[in-house]
Amino acid sequence: MSDWIEACAADDIDEEDVIRFDHAGRSFAIYRSPEDEFFATDGLCTHEQIHLSQGLVMGDIIECPKHNGRFNYKTGAARGAPVCVNLRTYAVKVDGGKVFIHLGN
Amino acid sequence: MTAGMVIIGAGECGTRAAFALREAGYDGTIALVGAEPHLPYERPPLSKEAMTSDAPSIKAIADAERLAGHRIDLKGATTATSIDRANRSVRLADGSDLAYDKLLIATGSVPRQLPLPGLGSRSAYLRTFDDALRIRRHLREGVRIAIIGGGFIGLELAASARKLGAAVTVIEAQPRILTRGVPGEIAEVVHDTHVAEGVDIVCGDGIASIDDDGETVRIALASGRSIDADLAVIGIGAVPVTMLAETAGLALNNGISVDARLRTSDPDIFAAGDCCSFPLAIYGGRRVRLEAWRSAQELGGLAARNMLGAEEAHACVPWFWSDQYGLTLQIAGLPDEGERTIRRDLDDGAFILFHLKEDGRLVAASGIGPDNAVARDIRLAEMLIGKMARPDPEALTSPSVKLKSLLAA
Repeated sequence: MSDWIEACAADDIDEEDVIRFDHAGRSFAIYRSPEDEFFATDGLCTHEQIHLSQGLVMGDIIECPKHNGRFNYKTGAARGAPVCVNLRTYAVKVDGGKVFIHLGN
Repeated sequence: MTAGMVIIGAGECGTRAAFALREAGYDGTIALVGAEPHLPYERPPLSKEAMTSDAPSIKAIADAERLAGHRIDLKGATTATSIDRANRSVRLADGSDLAYDKLLIATGSVPRQLPLPGLGSRSAYLRTFDDALRIRRHLREGVRIAIIGGGFIGLELAASARKLGAAVTVIEAQPRILTRGVPGEIAEVVHDTHVAEGVDIVCGDGIASIDDDGETVRIALASGRSIDADLAVIGIGAVPVTMLAETAGLALNNGISVDARLRTSDPDIFAAGDCCSFPLAIYGGRRVRLEAWRSAQELGGLAARNMLGAEEAHACVPWFWSDQYGLTLQIAGLPDEGERTIRRDLDDGAFILFHLKEDGRLVAASGIGPDNAVARDIRLAEMLIGKMARPDPEALTSPSVKLKSLLAA
């Protein structure tokens, strides 16, 4: 699977917010930063498999809605207890008002 | 050569403190003394995932490799028996001594004991992983479980037991479940959900006597009703573990008494987690003792930084959650600080209660709903509480107004 996948319309996500995108049995989280850039990560927290899309985006941080584990959603880096495993990130592009993510291999 | 840091208690709080010492740049020795034989582990799953799993396992906070990588010397399956404050040394159960520069007591809490005779091999408390295993062995289709106490431990356990098909009765002496810290409107949703899931909840009835003969537990209620169970689990609260501090002559006050920097009456000894009470700045210094997972983490981290001289005062807002069936409840702040309540209704029956002072200051928020439906709003409310904000009540009640917009105001 190396194609760009259409995930949503750019307008579906508010600035400094996140939505959930499910594709081929997997769940992803797609973010719009306060600077109006788009990012994508795996959708589930690495601590207890909670959907991050119900969490809060603050600056470049996504905070898990369950136990407040934090990640930098731009890099996937775990940013404090209880999470210690990084989040996988995916390339994103916006084309014609649509957001695409690149799932790679 | 310096003596190093000693932490007594390898639960959530003590373990987080050990890591926080390293994160703050501390390079000396760290000894982490734990009473249990396991790696430090997370307790919240014990009443939930571990209780419904076919093969329960601990959810380690850190594995041996990570402990070693941070040079944290875990001394498991042992306890501290005394503190020699004059010589700054702790004696362990095996007779060995650990010298300290700074000491952290994070001994946690233990289940409050039912003040009645008659308990036996079919009676249990839930605190440790080994307790969870003991209870788990009994849970299966059709087995009768009596839970004494309608608090979080008992109710989460009730939900897990129902999931496995057990017949569950919850006995609560108060007129309703969750009287401690949970608004009635939210307790009612929890109550109704348990009843819909087939739990028999008995409120306003005390235990007259209990007789566990090793096969059946017969519980006689004050009302005259009698309940027979194959297993009785008692969840009537927790008491702080203070014996070590007490014999060392440290000041106590609903647990080990510490200041806003978590220092005990001895400047070289700190206490954090369930075992201590501390002044909560957002409520004008009201002294509280919190038994919550996130608080244990925050206090552990704060104690560690202050052991290294940070002089940082506690500034967090209490927060906790509970999962039962598909519902999650979250509470930020202490609702009993509120003088009036307003409600915000979300999708799927989820709702949030905002607890305000008469002058409009937001002091707590409590919510319940499916999955994590209330999580984001509770988190934002927590930040508003921390800022001692007076948000527009109209905006709080309107789901179309994002709480995030109030934060910027």
